Amino acid sequence: MVDIENLKEKSRQVRIEIVKMLAQAGSGHTGGSLSSADIVTALFFYKMRHNPEDPKWKDRDRFVLSKGHAAPVLYTALALSGYFDKSLLGSLRKIDSPLQGHPCCKLLSGVEVSTGSLGQGLSVANGMALGLRLAGSPARVYCLLGDGEIQEGQVWEAAMTASHYKIDNICAIIDHNRLQIDGNCSEVMNIEPIEKKFEAFGWNVFTIDGHNMQEIVEALDMAEKIKGKPTVIVANTIKGKGVSIFEGKVQYHGVAPNQEELEIALKELGEDGKN
Amino acid sequence: MGKTESCGCVLPNSTELYGKEMATRDAYGITLVDLGKKDSRVVVLDADLSCSTKTAKFAKSFPERFFNMGISEQDMIGTAAGLALAGMIPFASTFAIFATGRAWEQIRQTVCYSNANVKIVATHGGITVGEDGATHQALEDVAIMRVIPEMTVIVPADAYETSQSIYFAANYYGPVYIRLGRAKVAPVMPENYKFQLGKAHIFNFGKDVNIIANGLMVSEALKAAEILNKEGISTGVANFSTVKPLDEKALLKIAKSSRLILTAEEHSIIGGLGSAVSEFISENYPVTVKRIGIRDSFGCSGSWKELLKFYGLTSENIINTAKKYLKE
Repeated sequence: MVDIENLKEKSRQVRIEIVKMLAQAGSGHTGGSLSSADIVTALFFYKMRHNPEDPKWKDRDRFVLSKGHAAPVLYTALALSGYFDKSLLGSLRKIDSPLQGHPCCKLLSGVEVSTGSLGQGLSVANGMALGLRLAGSPARVYCLLGDGEIQEGQVWEAAMTASHYKIDNICAIIDHNRLQIDGNCSEVMNIEPIEKKFEAFGWNVFTIDGHNMQEIVEALDMAEKIKGKPTVIVANTIKGKGVSIFEGKVQYHGVAPNQEELEIALKELGEDGKN
Repeated sequence: MGKTESCGCVLPNSTELYGKEMATRDAYGITLVDLGKKDSRVVVLDADLSCSTKTAKFAKSFPERFFNMGISEQDMIGTAAGLALAGMIPFASTFAIFATGRAWEQIRQTVCYSNANVKIVATHGGITVGEDGATHQALEDVAIMRVIPEMTVIVPADAYETSQSIYFAANYYGPVYIRLGRAKVAPVMPENYKFQLGKAHIFNFGKDVNIIANGLMVSEALKAAEILNKEGISTGVANFSTVKPLDEKALLKIAKSSRLILTAEEHSIIGGLGSAVSEFISENYPVTVKRIGIRDSFGCSGSWKELLKFYGLTSENIINTAKKYLKE
């Protein structure tokens, strides 16, 4: 049985660490880290087979953060999984830190590939999935993309590839929070209908509430059973989810909380902020 | 810098390619099949040009390890990075202009910044693409690969060296760019030659002029040197097939024995071998350097032999340039 309550508690802890590290760094991407917190929590603390003691284990499931600016959610998931000490989170974006503004796999154990330039992760995830299939590994590859990110043409090249090569050990997840730096995705460059686009490219598509842990877990479980084609989960989310002052606010895409905002955030997340 | 890792490949009987007049892309196709037989981790990707890049030979022998990505170079490079990160040894091929130009940012961000073990072997480098003209002639590829950290850049001179550099790449851990050509090239490397990364092959030292070349210009440089030496101008030739890392030790030695250094490459004089040599020489042992190559222009259509003459990529131009600047 999946302990949904435990996962919800985990995602609360993940959000606390995200706002804390961003506030300490004084810069970074708040909105998209919080919108994907429930998805990433479900992956690292429920779905993925991985071992922080052996980060290069060849049959581990892989996670590719194609939307590399959500680095804080990845760093938090890695720290809370035990890849490195939680105290390192405070070094985010500081000189000499392995926690770069966007993830670098050469510097930090558990990061599978360096990302940050949008649109490139799905191709890498496809390549990993093909390599694992060739090697006869049961491992699966999960790739998290932003919704604005799918404006990049390379995403659709990769969408074609996954379908053409019947890559069914890949699961893409779209963090559909509907906002990008310059405003609403629909106004900047309309991306809808996302589901129909992926269906037309030959993908199996699930649509879920990306903040409903039960739905996330079920979709990830179902995706594993789909054979002969890739699966994408379109997760409807709220940018800045979990902290009222950030929710649905485009200005928090790339801005970190100040001290006052941090205090509000920690209070809302049920943390007194003393530790 | 990557570390050398054994991939279970021993050098094949590459003497088969010794002394053969052959396009370097053909040598690549032959070598890939040998590699595929020896190591099941070798996989090949192409972007709808497998008959021209000669990866089709590998595709026929190992269909399950060959991925035609269609006309999508960016996705090809990203997929190659993923395959590498999953433990495979991917060779990704297409024409040099598309491999390096269309997918430059994927090479920088995904391949090199991850130090992914991807081998980009591009064919149709340079002006000898011929009739297809400027859109298909890569004259900037060495420059834009050389500038990326972690990248290794190799421009082999003939079929024999191509085969050896392909084997080297498979056994080396880290990103490598190898630039090959469409046209047949004369054999120039001696039978006992062994490719080593970052090591120039010095045919001989000249007391007056030394010509530093790579790719098909090595052959032209050797022809030019023979004539210059007969005319009493002491001329040496070195093959700098590894553009990065540059053989600085050899370069310093050459500089110390030269009145004039000529560089010769089938590439823009901006950013390629000539630039790499000039950068080192000007900082360490200033000697006059003159660069022979494409002088800041696009190419054009024509037969490859005509084009080499049109752009001065000939032994005659090397000879004239040497004489002109020795007088000054």
